[in-house]
Amino acid sequence: MGCDIAIRIGGQAGQGLNVLSGLIGKSCLREGLWVFAFHDVMSRIRGGHNFSQLRISDTERQAPSGRVDILVCLDKNTLELHGAETDGLIVYDSAQLPGGLPAGMRLLAVPLGELAKNAGGNAKMSNAVAAGAVLALAGLSLDRLLEVLGEMFSKKSTEVVEQNRSSARAGYDHVLQNYAEHVLEGVSGVPGTRRMLITGSEAFALGAIASGIRFYSAYPMSPSTGVMEYLAARQKEYGLVVEQAEDEIAAINMAIGASFAGARAMTGTSGGGLALMVEGISLAGMTETPVVILDAQRPAPATGFPTRTEQGDLLFVVNAGHGEFARAVFAPGGARDAAEIVGKAFHLAEKYQTPVFVLGDQYLNDSSWTVERIDTREPSFARQGMLAEDELKRMAPYSYRRYALTASGVSPAILPGTPGQVSYADSDEHTEEGHITESAQIREQMVEKRLRKLEGLRAEMPPPCVFPDGKADLYLVGWGSTLGILAEATDLLRNKGMNAGYIHFTGVYPLRKDAIPDSVAQHARLIAVENNARGQFASLLKSETGVVLRGIVGKYDGRPFTPDEVARRVEELK
Amino acid sequence: MIDLSRYGSDDPIAWCPGCGNFGILSAVKQALAELDIEPENTLFVSGIGQAAKLPHYLRCNMFNGLHGRALPVAAGARIANHDLAVIAVGGDGDGYSEGGNHFIHAMRRNLNMTYLVHDNQIYALTKGQASPTTDKLTKTGTTPWGVYGEPERPLALAVASNCSFVARGFSGDQEHLTGIIKEAITHKGFSFVDILQPCVTFNKINTFKWYSERVTKLDGSYDPRNRIKAFETALEWGDRIPIGVIFKGREGSYEEATGLASAEPLAHRGPAMDIGRLLEEFK
Repeated sequence: MGCDIAIRIGGQAGQGLNVLSGLIGKSCLREGLWVFAFHDVMSRIRGGHNFSQLRISDTERQAPSGRVDILVCLDKNTLELHGAETDGLIVYDSAQLPGGLPAGMRLLAVPLGELAKNAGGNAKMSNAVAAGAVLALAGLSLDRLLEVLGEMFSKKSTEVVEQNRSSARAGYDHVLQNYAEHVLEGVSGVPGTRRMLITGSEAFALGAIASGIRFYSAYPMSPSTGVMEYLAARQKEYGLVVEQAEDEIAAINMAIGASFAGARAMTGTSGGGLALMVEGISLAGMTETPVVILDAQRPAPATGFPTRTEQGDLLFVVNAGHGEFARAVFAPGGARDAAEIVGKAFHLAEKYQTPVFVLGDQYLNDSSWTVERIDTREPSFARQGMLAEDELKRMAPYSYRRYALTASGVSPAILPGTPGQVSYADSDEHTEEGHITESAQIREQMVEKRLRKLEGLRAEMPPPCVFPDGKADLYLVGWGSTLGILAEATDLLRNKGMNAGYIHFTGVYPLRKDAIPDSVAQHARLIAVENNARGQFASLLKSETGVVLRGIVGKYDGRPFTPDEVARRVEELK
Repeated sequence: MIDLSRYGSDDPIAWCPGCGNFGILSAVKQALAELDIEPENTLFVSGIGQAAKLPHYLRCNMFNGLHGRALPVAAGARIANHDLAVIAVGGDGDGYSEGGNHFIHAMRRNLNMTYLVHDNQIYALTKGQASPTTDKLTKTGTTPWGVYGEPERPLALAVASNCSFVARGFSGDQEHLTGIIKEAITHKGFSFVDILQPCVTFNKINTFKWYSERVTKLDGSYDPRNRIKAFETALEWGDRIPIGVIFKGREGSYEEATGLASAEPLAHRGPAMDIGRLLEEFK
């Protein structure tokens, strides 16, 4: 029998929930367990109520759990808000929650602050105490936590390390001495794996560095800022420049300028910032300049739910920009995918000289995911879409044509600074040379040239992931960050005897006509599962392929799905 | 000095006969030639407007982008390759209205590049509406009772921003303008030149004659390092309109501050580096 426990940690902003969640998560990762952590955060810096939902299992789980086996209350509010839905144990700071506690709950008093002080530390080390207490309750050893604390605080001083370790030990011992009968059994992993615990934002940034990003311009906006900060901290070491722009309009124009001049360039934002970038997206399409645009989605319209999640920008991204031009849109299914997709996005943006989008969301970007170690890439690919050296040599001086008509629609590029040639890029409709034109004939040729690239891109899009292969009666159809949720909801439905499956898209636009094979489309019931209200991918799939999904399980409360919820709602559809 | 003909483009010029832009085009070519900057090592970035067409009439690299957005494109390009001489070109509507925010932040960022603004105090491409520098009470197609807004004083804004290099030229005095453009291009830091330029079609007030009677060259006794005096000079607009280098502000460019100046341009850097060490953070 496998283990799968859910730990919810609640408290106020500023109490260090992320630190505590990270301590427990890393300790469990090193035990060889799979860890998934989702953070439910309010849009404020201090106070309010936040919680982290950690899931520890011995098999791969890439989705949040709706259960609570251990609830850690860093404040009284947490007990009031989550106590009733807790199936298991409640750890609370007995100093902060005196008396009047509800009856009937399995309450385990752990005086977090007091134990930290007695162990020679201070109130801030309550987190180490709580981490020790949780690991004791989970029946795990303390060793990994001591190791993690050592690494985390070694830069401060050995004294701080020892104070934290003593605090952790105090919390651990307190539970074993007082609540030994509550310790869970059967939680164990296989240590020695090379897995990593990484957020989606970190994965996007790592993927960008691994693919040779040279320029990232952005304006801070949740939940995309994590990518910018990760890159900014490593820019000198990895030879890139991160520029904080005055607004998103500037951010995308800077990325376009950098790309035109020869730097592999990317920008990132969320929906509201993307709205400002729209004319720039069209500019990249018209000037045929490669650029990768990350949209870490959050619930909108307008400011919406700044710290929460939604898959609500899909149709916006597919259509953003005045006029008709080619683009591709990718939506990774988790952190591992996120790291890989950025390289693919750069490759296609350069090969087709057009904008390529990568969609994250708050759930994907901010959650911590356990992934197999990301491979260090081969030395990065050379820039795509460039004019070959020998062709350049044969060219008469100053005769280069930036928008030369070709069968593929892609005109080989040169960079400014190329001896004996200059490059004219133009946002007006232009001649092959890149000068302004009023010609009806050239206009038609250029529109067709730019749209030919869409067909090239279509052929490059990866097929969806289909499980099981063409034999289920019902398929959950989803895209982007819900991959792990779809997979687990499918398991739940199959365990109940339903012949269910899932189809997941990472390459969401353009779609191949046969994206969903006829054998599946005609014989199985297809149900859209999307973190939005209207089933945006279902609409896109219908317009691109003609396949109609029969039923939509949508969610637009700003929170991610849980697999149980998806399974239950699919059953209710019948 | 490079032969002027090397900067000529084949694209037919679409400005009105007698347009003040011709004088600016000639001064730009003359400055590049005198500075020996090869066409292929120069990148002109423009937005939209009559001024923004200028790069089409040069044989230099060009990115003719969107209305108001020349500066951020130019910034990205300059960061990507600091071996290029990057010159952004625009008009008063393009740069001071649609692109006003970019202008302020380009001065703050202080990349080593040049920004030429053809200032004719009117929207010409869209046929004669008020711009941010149109004089008060001027009647135009969109301001039938006269402009009620206070005209922007871009040079004063630049002095307030401690812009690295602030100058004003006049398209009717090419020799003087050439000298200013040369100084702007060789200046280390963000160099901004507002160029008075008569619009022969839509601005019947601020004509060639009107400007000629007013422009006054700053003489050798003027100290562009005196910020207070520069602010006064930048605000002067009446019977006397000063032209010349009005202010020299902050020193030390973005490229120097970030270490880019002494490093290989981003555009020429080799393949990606090994991320193996970064992965250790996540175990």
